[in-house]
Amino acid sequence: MLTIKNLHVSIEDKQILKGINLEVQKGEIHAIMGPNGSGKSTLASVLAGRNLFNITEGEIIYEGKNLLEMAPEERAREGIFLGFQYPVEIPGVSMMNFLKTAVNEQRKHRGLEPMKSSDFLKMMREKKDLVEIDSNLTNRSVNEGFSGGEKKRNEIFQMAMLDPRLSILDETDSGLDIDALKIVAHGVNKLKSSENATIVITHYQRLLNYIIPDRVHVLYDGQIVKSGNKDLAIELEDKGYDWLRKETQAG
Amino acid sequence: MAKEQDKILQKYTGNEYKYGWVTDVESDTLPKGLNEDIIRAISKKKNEPEFLLDFRLKAYRHWKEMKMPEWAHLKIPEIDYQDMVYYSAPKQKAGPKSIDDVDPELKKTFDRLGIPIDEQKRLAGVAVDAVMDSSSVKTTFKEKLAELGIIFCSFSEAVQNHPDLVREYMGSVVPYTDNYFAALNSAVFSDGSFVYIPKGVRTPMELSTYFRINAANTGQFERTLIVAEDDSYVSYLEGCTAPIRDENQLHAAIVEIVAKNNAHVKYSTVQNWYPGDKEGKGGIYNFVTKRGKAQGNHSKISWTQVETGSSITWKYPSVILMGDNSVGEFYSVAVTNNHQQADTGTKMIHIGKNTKSTIVSKGISAGYSNNSYRGLVKITKNAENARNFSQCDSMLMGDRCGAHTFPYIETENRSAIVEHEATTSKIGDDQIFYCNQRGINEEDAIGLIVNGYAKEVINKLPMEFAVEAQTLLQISLEGSVG
Repeated sequence: MLTIKNLHVSIEDKQILKGINLEVQKGEIHAIMGPNGSGKSTLASVLAGRNLFNITEGEIIYEGKNLLEMAPEERAREGIFLGFQYPVEIPGVSMMNFLKTAVNEQRKHRGLEPMKSSDFLKMMREKKDLVEIDSNLTNRSVNEGFSGGEKKRNEIFQMAMLDPRLSILDETDSGLDIDALKIVAHGVNKLKSSENATIVITHYQRLLNYIIPDRVHVLYDGQIVKSGNKDLAIELEDKGYDWLRKETQAG
Repeated sequence: MAKEQDKILQKYTGNEYKYGWVTDVESDTLPKGLNEDIIRAISKKKNEPEFLLDFRLKAYRHWKEMKMPEWAHLKIPEIDYQDMVYYSAPKQKAGPKSIDDVDPELKKTFDRLGIPIDEQKRLAGVAVDAVMDSSSVKTTFKEKLAELGIIFCSFSEAVQNHPDLVREYMGSVVPYTDNYFAALNSAVFSDGSFVYIPKGVRTPMELSTYFRINAANTGQFERTLIVAEDDSYVSYLEGCTAPIRDENQLHAAIVEIVAKNNAHVKYSTVQNWYPGDKEGKGGIYNFVTKRGKAQGNHSKISWTQVETGSSITWKYPSVILMGDNSVGEFYSVAVTNNHQQADTGTKMIHIGKNTKSTIVSKGISAGYSNNSYRGLVKITKNAENARNFSQCDSMLMGDRCGAHTFPYIETENRSAIVEHEATTSKIGDDQIFYCNQRGINEEDAIGLIVNGYAKEVINKLPMEFAVEAQTLLQISLEGSVG
């Protein structure tokens, strides 16, 4: 589904990603871990099409297409979803209006008619139940005045509404208490299918107690220095990132 | 990042002003220049009674002694008042009675503006007075409204048919001594609309005036007077456009409203005069005095304005809260882009007891523009229990524009409660990107964000115009993200 080959990315002459290689198949959950500043969020942003970076080398193929040639909204309509680390507030724009616009853009892209209001409301109700989100969130303006936890839950709700093929969750666990963490993890697990894939980006291992990854990758100084199964996350939690630092330097 | 902004800016600044064409129509035009002869000539053309000519001449003599106000946060190039035409009217048979008497070119003009003056084609819910340059072309639904005793006609017609009403109320809210542009208007005004709602009558449809500037080198000076008797209600809307020209054109209008006991007047404006090009060349100078007198007990005057046009805007729709329990409201969205400048806001003068005013101002600045809110809340000595709530929000797009807030509060009565809230925000790249990531393109994202920001004000517009205003906001701002 997704192939990243030798991806080099810089921002204002500072090299951030230094040759990332990654292969994600449908039905899989990948976890990308790493210390602060290792390039995790940059990778997420580049996948979503944020225009702040220079891609100096490498390529990204998504569903057989050159992802780097696609505008961010096109990627979204093709099924890429980014759960933001810091979801943005849009005052005065209701969640309902926002999501309706988003869903209908996606439908238009697929050659479908805009959704009828009654169908849309029904879908909202179903998805809210599925990811166990308070119903009052959707009556408010996009992320406005939401607590940190509410914002993250709202990301998962949007993910449910848009039914993406590839979800990238950028530190969705940061700033969450354990109950909120469970709700988010529960949502991700509910939405998992054999047809979609998820990349979970996290600093901590604790999220991976609730979302079981098929593969774990450790990003360090702009490169994936180690990949393994879920046990790698546990090992990392025990030994800390210093262990890797030494190992990388030794290697 | 700066490069990216430039690219986006460039991509969209090609947006053209939709109403920039000119109608080819024969005009009856007075020579350029301003003096007592010109004023006498205007008065004569309009066959005015003596009192009106006196009023004009007094105003003119007063104006000559005045200086242009310089306190606004505006850079106004010097205006040569002698290099301007003060009267230009499309030639047509005097006072057309039926639609068939209207010059087809004029009919076409208003059709093209989306304001058909043919009643058959018109939305049933709106009556229109269509004004081009110095005169009214046609007022629709006049007869139907007259059945209820409502007078809705051009100002010139009111002067002929209802001189006593004009004499009683004209200048009673905005005297010609009020300010420089009010004095100028009082000297040379040529047309406008007149509305009289008798006691106990609720106007069954929206009344509106559409102002169109067409002739070159011509100033537009219209006057609108609305009188609402006891227990009456009227919702009134004005719209305006002008052709694209390299020269600036002056528009100096006066609107006066009188609301008696329990009367409610709702006045909405969608102002879309030509704003000048992206280098700041051309555009209308919009220097307008609008004021309502909430004279009666429990009377209410609400101003709603969506301001997207004009190269320079200077206007402060105000309410004098004279009656006990009277209410004044001001809801405004002012957008400036490219090199536009706006200094706009309101004055709420509390005089009666238990008076209440609300001010919601939303400024949006983009490009190289400057956008100022200027407001006065004044609680006079005897205004027991006055209440005011003001909210002034500014939104900035890009880093070359300016937003300024000048709130003045004067309180002479200790029982007053005055609240003021202000915020400044920016449409960020991050907001746009958030929308993009959900599949919404940049243009639609700006539309969503700006309309969300302005929602509180847009919701106050009559339904028929709210949608138009939303689109207008989006068009005025495309390409100004930063």
